[in-house]
Amino acid sequence: MKKRDLVVVGGGPAGMAAARAARDAGVRDILLIERDSHLGGILNQCIHPGFGLHRFKAELTGPEYADRFVKMTAAAPEIEVSLRSFVVKLTPEKRVSYLRPGALEEVEARAVIMATGCRERTREMIPIPGTRPAGVYPAGLAQKMINMEGWIPGREAVIVGSGDIGLIMARRMALEGVKVKAVIEIQDKTRGLVRNVVQCLEDFGIPLYMRHKVARIYGRDRVEGVDVVRVDDNLAAVPGSEFSLACDTVLVSVGLIPENELLEAAGAAIDPRTNGPVSAELKGTSIPGVFACGNSFKVYDLVDWVSRDSELAGKAAAAYLAGGAR
Amino acid sequence: MKAFDAAIIGAGVTGAALARELSRYRVSVLLLEKEAEPAFGVSKSNSGIIHAGTQNPPGSLKARLCVEGNRLIAGPLAAELGLDFIRCGQLIAVFDPADLPRLERIKSEGEAMGVEGLRIVDRAWLEANEPNLGPEVRAALFCPTAGMISPYRFVYALVENAAANGTELRTGSEVAAISRGADGVFALVAGGQEYRARFVVNAAGLYADRIAALAGLPPYPIKPRKGEEYLLDRKREHIANHIIFPLPSGKSKGILIIKTSDGNPMIGPTAHDTGDSGDLSTTDEGLAEVLAGARRMMPSISRSDIIAYFAGLRPAAGDDFVIRHEDALPGFFSAAGIQSPGLTAAPAIALMLARLMEGRGLKLEPKKDFRPLREKPVHLFQVSPERTRELIAEDPGYGDIVCRCEMVSAREIRDAIKRGARTLDGVKFRTRAQAGRCHGGFCTTRIMKIMREELALSPLAVTKRGAGSEIIKDERK
Repeated sequence: MKKRDLVVVGGGPAGMAAARAARDAGVRDILLIERDSHLGGILNQCIHPGFGLHRFKAELTGPEYADRFVKMTAAAPEIEVSLRSFVVKLTPEKRVSYLRPGALEEVEARAVIMATGCRERTREMIPIPGTRPAGVYPAGLAQKMINMEGWIPGREAVIVGSGDIGLIMARRMALEGVKVKAVIEIQDKTRGLVRNVVQCLEDFGIPLYMRHKVARIYGRDRVEGVDVVRVDDNLAAVPGSEFSLACDTVLVSVGLIPENELLEAAGAAIDPRTNGPVSAELKGTSIPGVFACGNSFKVYDLVDWVSRDSELAGKAAAAYLAGGAR
Repeated sequence: MKAFDAAIIGAGVTGAALARELSRYRVSVLLLEKEAEPAFGVSKSNSGIIHAGTQNPPGSLKARLCVEGNRLIAGPLAAELGLDFIRCGQLIAVFDPADLPRLERIKSEGEAMGVEGLRIVDRAWLEANEPNLGPEVRAALFCPTAGMISPYRFVYALVENAAANGTELRTGSEVAAISRGADGVFALVAGGQEYRARFVVNAAGLYADRIAALAGLPPYPIKPRKGEEYLLDRKREHIANHIIFPLPSGKSKGILIIKTSDGNPMIGPTAHDTGDSGDLSTTDEGLAEVLAGARRMMPSISRSDIIAYFAGLRPAAGDDFVIRHEDALPGFFSAAGIQSPGLTAAPAIALMLARLMEGRGLKLEPKKDFRPLREKPVHLFQVSPERTRELIAEDPGYGDIVCRCEMVSAREIRDAIKRGARTLDGVKFRTRAQAGRCHGGFCTTRIMKIMREELALSPLAVTKRGAGSEIIKDERK
């Protein structure tokens, strides 16, 4: 079996920052595994500006921010990148198995950094009753459709949840000529950044309904509309407050969950409430020599802080390796 | 125009099983389906339980055909068609020792119908063999011959094998007219096409009453009965070792804990009559009912385990199946009211229908070149690392993962399309891509692009489950 000093799983902002920081701290044999055909992770579909204000004192788009780290990664020959590579297994002994077109690879690492990002909570997790037609999408999927493929998912949309992705997508859809009828938020305050509420909703005249929820989705084949209802402080529906909105699309933006299924299957302790790893040490996990960073460690608002904290994970892995760990 | 020997209306499990049975013989068979793909009606929402044959009224068609169907599936069919039939056994749990006599009765009635291996197990047995059961469960009837199967993959296997043996499948073909000519040959209009057939079988599920009316028969009363089911994360795969039923009451078999052949346990279904054969909505009340029922048997199940849910409709037509020749319309056969245990019974229903048709003059001469075997599709999540390596050596596309939650490769998706998938749901049912915890958040666009390549399909024409369910509305210029 091939041996490596450090394997980093995930080539988004967290994985790239961690790999580069580990290299800068002296690690000379690093494999960075990325499932997509390019580095950058979810930043590639975030074509709006607002990235890098803290890190680079510049307002960058997601791909621009990613590109700075892609260049830093490419400039470090100690980091080998394996693209279109999908990790299927991590063991407590730090063996990593991954599939790529043409091969099932196995490597034995002395240290591992998990930077596997997060996934969106779905309609099924809230859950929203009603039918299950086409047209109900996680907001991030709609973002990918529009920004990566040039596909417009619908013509009249209602957005469930005021997380940042939902707010950004409200504006993005409006810019593409989609009628965004409402953003529905069950809490009494938005979950997103204030600047996004202003720039994405208020500037576009998109109504935000706080303390409301979508009570039902209609439509057999394609979404035809939703029922919206006001909720009280216990989040129970207020009788008589229902109203209907006709739409062909429902985007769901109700939070993110760290993706730690590989860590969990390896036996690492996972907090069932946050789905993040439980650890006594900075950016660590309950398995010695296995570290975690980025949105798979905890969900961040800003990528700038992902980069900063992931560098700490890279340094921690380097210190672990320098400490003579097997 | 060529006249088929037999036209089957409905490519659910009943019609598919009959088509496959008839394809053994030198008869020409037309299989008509109104949806975009087979199994998209009642069959797709089935629980996937292959029942042992208990709890059916003695002397009913259900009772006889369920026991026979179980034997046919476990026997020849699973092997021939590459079905993942898992004979995990079933428990019927009682909470109150006073109910033990009812369990004894189910046991003796089952034994009288030929169900094998039934025995009542006590609390100690349950603690050893089903450790997550709650303290309220006192005893159970163990039915070792019950098992589970993927209901839609069962249908796909039957249809694929029938087609390989000459059956002509027409999807998107809703029957609009049926008439019987003076020569006794039926004329059917379906999907804008005209067909002729000497025998017609109505296996139209929820729409069997409408087909009967089109044919001029007095309609049988199909009463849709809705069932909501809730799927748990695959992480909870080992929560149960058996399919677990509570001792039933009244209309349905109660809220069950179901192992599925894909690993995700499922809880449900509810059973509520609905007047609407298109009502596939789930409700807050349904969720609460299912959770309460499941948690009574297994208290560790929590709402946060649920990753997906759906509703299905049972095409109830009275208490028993309706399987008969319609004497008022010679050559026309009904297979209606095929609700639970219809999936189990389907192969036996097919045999019964074939015999009925033979009795009315359909000549069943075996085909010399009948090919009973169907190559089982590859599922990476089922195979060992060694086998994965061999597959990748065969085709690098097996190493190109599209669906990360369920580990489905590009090659498996292409294979599903070659076998007939035409929609995102069709790909999902065949491969499990999009069926995991992210619900296609990561893989939907990639699957759409593969469909574009394989089917020369514009992304605008890609649908979730057929016309009207397009995924996107416009392409950016």
